[in-house]
Amino acid sequence: MTGTTGNVLLESRNLKRYFRLDHLRYVHAVDDVSLVIHTNEILGLVGESGSGKSTFGKTLLGLHDKTAGEVLYRGEVLPARYRSADFQRFARSMQMIFQDPYSSLNPRMTAGEIIAEGLRLRSDAKPQAVRDEVARWLGQVGLSPDHGSRYPHEFSGGQRQRIGIARAMIVEPEFVVCDEPISALDVSVQAQVINLLADLKFKFGLTMLFIAHDLSMVRYVSDRMAVMYLGALAEVGPADDVFFRPMHPYTQMLVASNPEPDPVVERHRSPEPIQGEIPSPINVGPGCRFAGRCPKVMDRCRQTTPELLPVRDLNSRDLNSNATRQVACHLYG
Amino acid sequence: MSSPHDYAPHDYAMTVDHLEVEFDTYGGTVHAVRDVSFGLRRGKTLAIVGESGCGKSVTVQALMGLIPMPPGRITRGSAKLGDTELIGLRERTLNRIRGNRIGMIFQDPMTSLNPTMRIGDQIVETLRVHRGMSIREGFKEAERLLDRVRISEAQERARQYPFEFSGGMLQRVMIAVALACSPEVLIADEPTTALDVTIQAQILDLMQALQREEGMSIILITHDLGVVARMADDVAVMYAGQIVETGSVEAIFHRGGHPYTLGLRRATPSNAPGRAQQLEPIAGSPPDLFHPPAGCGYFARCPHAMRICERRMPEPFELTEVSGRADEIRHRARCWLQHAQAPRTEGVNQNDAGREVS
Repeated sequence: MTGTTGNVLLESRNLKRYFRLDHLRYVHAVDDVSLVIHTNEILGLVGESGSGKSTFGKTLLGLHDKTAGEVLYRGEVLPARYRSADFQRFARSMQMIFQDPYSSLNPRMTAGEIIAEGLRLRSDAKPQAVRDEVARWLGQVGLSPDHGSRYPHEFSGGQRQRIGIARAMIVEPEFVVCDEPISALDVSVQAQVINLLADLKFKFGLTMLFIAHDLSMVRYVSDRMAVMYLGALAEVGPADDVFFRPMHPYTQMLVASNPEPDPVVERHRSPEPIQGEIPSPINVGPGCRFAGRCPKVMDRCRQTTPELLPVRDLNSRDLNSNATRQVACHLYG
Repeated sequence: MSSPHDYAPHDYAMTVDHLEVEFDTYGGTVHAVRDVSFGLRRGKTLAIVGESGCGKSVTVQALMGLIPMPPGRITRGSAKLGDTELIGLRERTLNRIRGNRIGMIFQDPMTSLNPTMRIGDQIVETLRVHRGMSIREGFKEAERLLDRVRISEAQERARQYPFEFSGGMLQRVMIAVALACSPEVLIADEPTTALDVTIQAQILDLMQALQREEGMSIILITHDLGVVARMADDVAVMYAGQIVETGSVEAIFHRGGHPYTLGLRRATPSNAPGRAQQLEPIAGSPPDLFHPPAGCGYFARCPHAMRICERRMPEPFELTEVSGRADEIRHRARCWLQHAQAPRTEGVNQNDAGREVS
């Protein structure tokens, strides 16, 4: 999986993003993450809060500076620290959809102005063409053209998220980071937004990094799934394989704690208790990050950090060449 | 709506009949809870399921006397804890019941605790007010309670402040406070919504274990069908201020008789292998509760809507159960599809002989 397949759109190599607390303490939010994202795939990224998923997404897009490592887009190394010209250039191909449709829309701008902003920043934008595009995108996300003159507070949560999607999509990006796009929405509306995103992927050949903590939803929407724990990747593979045959003990714990909407299944759930909580990401030492909570912990785990290595999943039905499973665990090394 | 209680009164820890709650706002009167009746069986868990704004939180706030009046108003109905009527009680009487006989935990434990007080002091405060303990006794008891909710090193933790606790640990503290007086009923309003799945699993396990040990009855408010499936014995599905379906958890998940219940199921991804299941969103949005519709609240979004649905909301129909267990509560749906003359509709569990309960 080292970029030989030729359809790699975006790749992070040993990407790190630390936040400095004081001269001794650093938050290791993203710590040495190498991940390949293929053209026209939805890669789901799951993990508990504090695992660094959002920071990773934002660092990919240049919204955070990179502490170390690099991000390659179509083979081109992106700047470690974006300047405004870089944002102007890369924002056309890479966009973000945010979690909270309430705080991510400017309350003083109309929906139309919010959606148009990305286009208007281009020097060659003609007002009539921008208006037409806004109307077209309002339609694409299932709103009507007259919604454009309304303000964010006049919309429901689901409708606001549609505005956020249209805002990101109007520049016709190739790659979109969706950061928990449905967590703030009601169940019936979540499905509307998920189906809309899947539609956009199909229609426009979009590539997406879909960040969420809802495992069932990530499995439903994603082609591949990556599991993050305390700033590092624990497991990557085809979504169904990772969900149904998790290999890393952390993934196994996540899947085991994910409630299934079926009382019969729930009644027969194994009563194995879930241990501990995610520790602090400040000055993470050597060894496996999950060692403190892992039911299968060995001596080795506390000393050497396991690398993310390919592991064969003999039961995988996914014959795609991109379908290799990678696991960072000494049990498989 | 008639009383849903078919058992002798002693089977119920709490019963609610024809509850109606309104709020006066600048925009007019919001009819937040409209004719809600349900029973909470002793030692069991009742889940109230619904989306934001459906009235599920307002319903339990009314039971706890937590509706600010004005602008709120309970216009009708009764709620009984054992033989005690809760609606219309004076604040002083209510204060003896709240905390003592009914405990409550909320979605966000951080906002329910005082950030400037040590955790132990906050528990001791409850114990002094409700159980008349001295400070010394209180501290001992606080440590015991923290221990019961599986917080390790209880003695040290009691001396810490809320910011030193994680979200999951704070929710454990809230449960410890709620348990302080061994309440008969625990009301949990979205207790795990703000937590990660692994921590959610821990909190749900803890609630189940404590229920077994104490014989508590639990009202669990949630929008998460996975949590319902895991925790509930009985389920009430709420939509637009009304309960549209009640039944055992099996009946609601596998033999649903109201299109909204079925719609919620189909909008939630199941974890079955294969991608055969297509997520089916529910089109549209809930009605405006300033002017609730005369007919069924789900009319505008319902794929099976008939003319009568727009004009009149039916009383609940009782569904005949083919595979139900003897100890299950009655399965009832407020939907015209359950009427004897309604057209047969695929996917909906319909009666052979619809009988409106009145």
